[in-house]
Amino acid sequence: MANKEWPLWEVFIRSKQGLSHKHVGSLRAADADMAIENARDVYTRRSEGVSIWVAESNNLFASNPNDADSLYEPSDSKVYRHPTFYEVPDGIEHM
Amino acid sequence: MTELNISILEQKFQEKIDNDIKIEPRDWMPDNYRQTLIRQISQHAHSEVVGMLPEGNWITRAPNLRRKAVLLAKVQDEAGHGLYLYSATETLGADREQTIDDLHSGVAKYSSIFNYPTVSWADMGAIGWLVDGAAIMNQVPLCRCSYGPYARAMVRVCKEESFHQRQGFEIMTTLAKGSPEQKEMAQDALNRFWWPSLMMFGPNDAESKHTEQSMKWKIKRHTNDELRQMFVDATVPQAELIGLTIPDKDLKWNEETGHYEFGAIDWAEFWEVVKGNGPCNKDRIDTRRRAKEKGAWVREAANAYAEKRRKRKAS
Repeated sequence: MANKEWPLWEVFIRSKQGLSHKHVGSLRAADADMAIENARDVYTRRSEGVSIWVAESNNLFASNPNDADSLYEPSDSKVYRHPTFYEVPDGIEHM
Repeated sequence: MTELNISILEQKFQEKIDNDIKIEPRDWMPDNYRQTLIRQISQHAHSEVVGMLPEGNWITRAPNLRRKAVLLAKVQDEAGHGLYLYSATETLGADREQTIDDLHSGVAKYSSIFNYPTVSWADMGAIGWLVDGAAIMNQVPLCRCSYGPYARAMVRVCKEESFHQRQGFEIMTTLAKGSPEQKEMAQDALNRFWWPSLMMFGPNDAESKHTEQSMKWKIKRHTNDELRQMFVDATVPQAELIGLTIPDKDLKWNEETGHYEFGAIDWAEFWEVVKGNGPCNKDRIDTRRRAKEKGAWVREAANAYAEKRRKRKAS
């Protein structure tokens, strides 16, 4: 068998129970099991995590940075989506 | 793309940099920015990986179990640092295999300090204290580098590296307080590693061809000479505290500037080592090449095993 390069994996770590997994970096491994073993060795040597996700980089799809204006700008003008937009009369509490 | 378009893109790119907005992998960037980063980050990665060799030499000969465990942990960290950095070059489109082959063929460089031999246990102290100390001086500002993945990798590296320098200084302190022979060993290691450590910051600013552009792009935040001065100012008092002497007869404190003045660096030696004529250049590269060749069957076996597991799961 030709010695093909191991695929690239993205690593996500949950730092403690109650928090979501967060991207920490990437590594190469022959398969998912090995990716998790390697991620444990590389990214959790100082108690950084309690759970690991790995996903093959090929399977991740990303938005295009060139589309940032059309994707995110419309929300800038919709200030009424934030509570600070509204006037609350004096004397009203807990709202 | 027309020249006008590129110049607009370049202008927008520089505006982002000037406003301290990080550049991420899929953002537009000038080719030179990409190439400069690939060169710098891969050199950095190679330095981490080759940097394991001088210390690996002493793992089996550490004086006690505590020192051995610490040295193992440090060398393992360096493997991890190499990995973070190779991954960062991949986000720029560099090919992992090619990057490593460039090291093995001599096309790519790594820090020249690792071409010096480690002949005594005290060298583990000198390397941790001086070499990691110099590396930290370089790396802390890189945590604010304009390229996101490099900056993030450096944050991890710096966090992990903070114990490296301390463990080295602890070794030096212990030896300096020991028997006259042990103190002599520490002094000898300092004598051999002092000047190569100062060379780690690279050529003087006037000779450094990449500095100006790299500062404009905020890849670098300080010049080579600034970082070297910071290192000398920080390190000299540490040597004094443990009763060791910096091997520089021109070294003196300048009351006016608030900095130490130090003697001339032997740049001829630096360039000789960079060119491949240092005491261990050939040995280091041969060792890396051999590791890749001898590990080929392991990588192949891992592929075969992964394939087997895939088939088993499918059936």
